[in-house]
Amino acid sequence: MNTIWALAGVVIKELYRRKDFYVLFVLTALITIAAGMVNFFHDPKIVRYVKDICMLLIWVSALVIALITTARQIPAERESRTIFPLLAKPVTRWQFILGKFLGCWLASGIALLVFYIFFAIITGSREQNWPWLTYLQAIWLQWAMLAMVIALALLGSIISAAPSSTTTICFIAIAGILLVGGHLNTVALNQSQPLQTIFYTIYFLIPHLEWFDIRDRVVYDWGLVSWLDCVLATLYAAAYTGLFLLLTWIGFRRKSLNT
Amino acid sequence: MSVILKTEKLRVEFTSHEFRQTKKVALVNLDMEVNTGEVFGFLGPNGAGKTTAINVLLGFVPPTRGAAYLFGIDVRQPIARQRIGYLPEMTYYYKFLTAEELLRFYAKIFGLPRMEADHRIDRLLKLVELEPARKRPIKSYSKGMQQRVGLAQALINNPDLLILDEPTSGLDPLGRMKVREIIQRLKNEGKTVFFSSHELGEVETVCDRVAIINQGELKASGRVSDLVAQHHANLEKAFLDIIGYQTQSAS
Repeated sequence: MNTIWALAGVVIKELYRRKDFYVLFVLTALITIAAGMVNFFHDPKIVRYVKDICMLLIWVSALVIALITTARQIPAERESRTIFPLLAKPVTRWQFILGKFLGCWLASGIALLVFYIFFAIITGSREQNWPWLTYLQAIWLQWAMLAMVIALALLGSIISAAPSSTTTICFIAIAGILLVGGHLNTVALNQSQPLQTIFYTIYFLIPHLEWFDIRDRVVYDWGLVSWLDCVLATLYAAAYTGLFLLLTWIGFRRKSLNT
Repeated sequence: MSVILKTEKLRVEFTSHEFRQTKKVALVNLDMEVNTGEVFGFLGPNGAGKTTAINVLLGFVPPTRGAAYLFGIDVRQPIARQRIGYLPEMTYYYKFLTAEELLRFYAKIFGLPRMEADHRIDRLLKLVELEPARKRPIKSYSKGMQQRVGLAQALINNPDLLILDEPTSGLDPLGRMKVREIIQRLKNEGKTVFFSSHELGEVETVCDRVAIINQGELKASGRVSDLVAQHHANLEKAFLDIIGYQTQSAS
């Protein structure tokens, strides 16, 4: 476990010593503050718009941070050749994958926490309302969703050596799942065979990231998700994360590393 | 004297997945032994198979046939690498870390207790003369300093065997001399050093024994003095004779 934590520690240090996170955070903060100053449609409940915009920015920023951080990990280790002294130590390839995953996941979690604290301060100062448990559920579910995204990006990074293409492909796939993944079963109903089977197969195979999106509950104060649903969603995320990590390890295990 | 590194009939073949599948034989039945406490030079022209052999020893490339052992343990077992230190040819270490943080990271991988890690980091930074730059990010280091921080990371676990892949390549004469001095110091401490190099003068200075390979085959091995005496020439001439290179004047 020492090895995995050590590897994760380096990834976290990388996050806070690079500019990506700060740029995205400042951008989110500026847009949110600017949105908060505008009076949309003279609506007395203007804070809902601010919350909506801020939550959307948090989702996009967290996804970008997670994908960019993850996609470059293995290719950067190979390009700078640091993978060689690392794997020449008693580090197994499974530990290497797990360490990278844990580092990226924790780094994304830290970023997420900073974003949500900012969100809570901005909206709380306007509404004088602090629904901590709702925020906690929103962070947790988003973080669980990011675990699947990170594991998927790690898998992508051993297939494609260029971090930019891994990031782009993963971003398109994830955006696709978030936007249309949940509607594929409805689309399948209106199709003839074999398209119907294909759509259903995709529907049941893809990780349903949209289930982890409880932004509307936060924005419109719809209250808490049942804790049992949270536990089930966590188990679902853990299963997909495990599967993606296993596939990453299988792909990476036999890979020849030529110095 | 016990054998610390051993290869037995080691064969490595690479298959190219390009337009036409071609098989390239990188190593052919390589038999080699390195004894405890010696400095062993692994020589050969570019593309001879030196790095491939090192890659097999470190578990990066699986052998097609044959076997390799470190401390009597098959190199495919990660535990075989517990007591070795490895310095790859020109590596660009995590540039956002300082030398101290880099060494602490590797110390954690070996599970060294905090006190022990602190002590070793201080000693190693002194050894590689990076003490004044220990808190500076690696991205601000020169090539020679990066190579020395690499040498320090290879020594963090106080290894019994050091594997160095062209440790002086790309360094200026001063950098080369510093690395050579460190190898000499390690030799005096009784460490076993296995290193590949093109610098025959350097090999002649520090090595007890050498092995010369060409096109994946072991062509000669033995004490430097014996090879030199056998070929009635210096190591460079002996090396060229062994790999079958005909100088213009000779031909």
